Amino acid sequence: MSNILNKVKLPYLLLLPGFLFLFTFFILPIVNLAQTSTQTPIAGGDTGQYEQTLQFSNYITAFTENKEQFARSFVFALCATILALAIAYPLAYAIAFKAGKLKNFLLVLVVAPFFVSFLLRTIAWKQILGEEGFVVPTLRNIGIIGQSTTLTSTSFAVVMGMTYNFLPFMTLPLYASLERIDPRTMEASGDLYANGITTFRKVTLPLSMPGVVAGTLLTFIPAAGDYVNAAILGSPNTKMIGNVIESRYFKIVDYPTAAALSFTLMAAILILVTLYIRKAGTEELV
Amino acid sequence: MADVSSATHGDLRLTRITKTYGDFTAVNDLSLTIPEGSFFALLGPSGCGKTTTLRMIAGLEEPTVGSIHLGATDITTKRPYQRPINTVFQNYALFPHLTIFENIAFGLRRRGIKDVTADVNKVLDLVELPHLAQRKPTQLSGGQQQRIALARAIVNRPALLLLDEPLGALDLKLRRQMQIELKWIQREVGLTFVHVTHDQEEAMTMADTIAVMNEGEIEQMGSPADLYDNPGTAFVANFLGQSNLIKGRIEGTDGDNLVVDLFGQKISMPKNRSHAVDKSMYAGIRPEKFRISLVGTPTRGNTLTGGRIEDVSYIGVSTQYQVLMPWGQEVMVFEQNDDGVPPFDKGDEVVISWEPNFTFALRGDDDVEAGLEVNPEELDEE
Amino acid sequence: MNKQKDATIPTIPAKARLSRWFGRNLIRIYAVFGFTYLFIPVLYTFAFSFNDSGKSNLIWKGFTLDNWKNPCGAPEVCAALGNSIKIGLLATVFSTILGTMIAFAIGRYAFKGRSSSNLLIFLPMATPEIVLGASLLSLFLVFHINPGFWPTVIAHVMFCISFVVVTVKARIASLDPRLEQAAMDLYANELETFRRVTLPLVAPGIAGAALLAFSLSFDDFIITNFNSGTLKTFPEFVYTSAARGIPAQANVIGSAMFILALLIVIAGQFVGRRVKVSK
Repeated sequence: MSNILNKVKLPYLLLLPGFLFLFTFFILPIVNLAQTSTQTPIAGGDTGQYEQTLQFSNYITAFTENKEQFARSFVFALCATILALAIAYPLAYAIAFKAGKLKNFLLVLVVAPFFVSFLLRTIAWKQILGEEGFVVPTLRNIGIIGQSTTLTSTSFAVVMGMTYNFLPFMTLPLYASLERIDPRTMEASGDLYANGITTFRKVTLPLSMPGVVAGTLLTFIPAAGDYVNAAILGSPNTKMIGNVIESRYFKIVDYPTAAALSFTLMAAILILVTLYIRKAGTEELV
Repeated sequence: MADVSSATHGDLRLTRITKTYGDFTAVNDLSLTIPEGSFFALLGPSGCGKTTTLRMIAGLEEPTVGSIHLGATDITTKRPYQRPINTVFQNYALFPHLTIFENIAFGLRRRGIKDVTADVNKVLDLVELPHLAQRKPTQLSGGQQQRIALARAIVNRPALLLLDEPLGALDLKLRRQMQIELKWIQREVGLTFVHVTHDQEEAMTMADTIAVMNEGEIEQMGSPADLYDNPGTAFVANFLGQSNLIKGRIEGTDGDNLVVDLFGQKISMPKNRSHAVDKSMYAGIRPEKFRISLVGTPTRGNTLTGGRIEDVSYIGVSTQYQVLMPWGQEVMVFEQNDDGVPPFDKGDEVVISWEPNFTFALRGDDDVEAGLEVNPEELDEE
Repeated sequence: MNKQKDATIPTIPAKARLSRWFGRNLIRIYAVFGFTYLFIPVLYTFAFSFNDSGKSNLIWKGFTLDNWKNPCGAPEVCAALGNSIKIGLLATVFSTILGTMIAFAIGRYAFKGRSSSNLLIFLPMATPEIVLGASLLSLFLVFHINPGFWPTVIAHVMFCISFVVVTVKARIASLDPRLEQAAMDLYANELETFRRVTLPLVAPGIAGAALLAFSLSFDDFIITNFNSGTLKTFPEFVYTSAARGIPAQANVIGSAMFILALLIVIAGQFVGRRVKVSK
């Protein structure tokens, strides 16, 4: 029997169903999206009918009309990523080095909020930070914010929401990377006259870089395309590119523009990510 | 169900086996016969091809060229589960998800044997660990895991039992104990054992026959005594124990003996202990065969004069001397401390002598350094 | 025995002891705050699941167990939950099977196109959800397939496969190849070796991948929003009812899922720990 399942052919057989699926439902759609992005509405036709005209100017129109949202998306995503890194790194460090037997339990605790639907969590933040919550009145009483300032419907809330929701995506890769560090290398550093901060800078941080790269990618990429946080916690002034794409599909039916915007978003992310990876120098991502 | 004919037995015969990986040759044109029922050792340094040879016998690798026979059956292309051969792996490879009992019963069950309890218990008694049957491998110590790995292989009564450096991970005392136990078990059970190791003391203690391997080939094969007393190459002479190799020329014959010139001094040795092919050669004498005497004392056998003691190391059982000979070579001498205080001091002018029959001769073009270098990196074999 | 009592044993001054304690535990204190932050919305959701709120669950009106006793009381809640669970289970099964096969192929064999395969698996994870959802919708429209249940399942399988592959591949990588060699040495052929040794040892990785796939599917909103049409999953239900007022029953379900998942994971830990305890 083993002669039939020739060792050379077996891997291809195993790959076939999955790859066929991915090809049909991932590659093909993206290709289709590409060809949609250069279409124009048929003159005099119904809404939603297009013809292929290779109108590449769709891209230029789409980009110029929405450059504010594009910029905002990337700024928000960047802020959220940096904040998430700042919050998650010490947390991951604590779990990796200071948790002892509680390590696995704490990891579960990091992921656990995931199980309460992310919509429910985001809406919870909206209410906590809203007029009826306890945060705003308290801050007003203390005098940190003015009487007329609100926290919801602001860029601040959107970024806060994004940071919160992507925290597990940042924490887990960081943890995985930190956990692999042999604590004796840190002891050796101390033995060689480095104090705590220097040890962190020169030993721990460089050794945890693969985790930092993975975590920032897993946070930035979905964050740039997100629109839910902006929809719930923001206002029409805080629209991200994701909101624009969504409305082009469902409210104003304009598939070519939506497709062009999607592609531009993907291309921009791909370029940034490639530059980032080159600079950070990680080879194995998957 | 595995196709294993329990009637397959007999001598194991490797015929002109070569194994290459790309342009690296691990085993080079090797031929070998392992007699049924013997305790056979494949001895050699890291990377000499002994583990590769073992894996080819087990069926875990296929030879590039050559054939393997067990008795009259050609097993060269048979899969591992089709061979009546079992392996004790270097890191034991016990199945972590099965109990000790199920680990041992694994092979029996695959062969379709229904009632395994009696056999498993018998072999657990043999290795003296019947109380561990329901534990899991991670709960056992290294020594216990090693014995279970052995039990798991033996219970199948294979025609051939292969051991891949099974004692490597054990500490010294435990290792010595296991060497004796393995030898005893082999005699008890009557199986053919093939033991791969880089530890020459271990091989000499346990094996009936040793094949010394170097760079993919067998340098020499024989009983431990044969190999030790009469090594054929510098590699074997240096790898097994220690040797003094002194450059010389064969001047002539004297009956059954050769007359040899060593830097101007004449000695004699039996003709049949020479592996030299022409007049140039190296005379080999083991350090414990030398006797030191002060200048002027009468000596027996071969004698070399003009020595001076450069170093004295007291080891307890013996004293090791480094004696500088007139031609600049330092010769090693081991003297038993069987009568109290070591009789010689640094700086003493001495004469060394030995029985001619203990001399062996190697080819003059042999590499005198072969088998000597112990590369620290090679001590940690994979 | 005459033993001279020790003269003063030098003690560390209190101030130094305090600062040392701080230095060692500062990060632990931070972790406590960090976890609190993580759980604030969870606790809020949990608390408000007991709110006697009627239709709109914005202000605290009073404590009641009614919501918990009657979780399907609000219209559409349980229908949405049912959809999410059905889609989740189907997506988990298919993505786990396809993903595990891919993981074995990539993780076990060296073949031409291995690095391209790795790249293909990585791409869906690197694509923003909105692009994944929108492109799939476009494709369905081209073939005149209406968005709904099966398109959603297909979409979920698509984005879960990559995560399954990564998880299972990691587990396969940690498998000692000599265990399988030992099995073959002990008369198990390739199929038996896979069944009795490889699979049991990789199983925890596959289980973890399945759990991950289900979580990702259950909680997905963006891709689902594009491909579900009139069908509502639980996250979609919450989103659309946010304008009208989210019924407290939604909080009940969210909290229940949380507790259930927590229990499953903790139970899993215990099962794994029992083996080591008897050392």
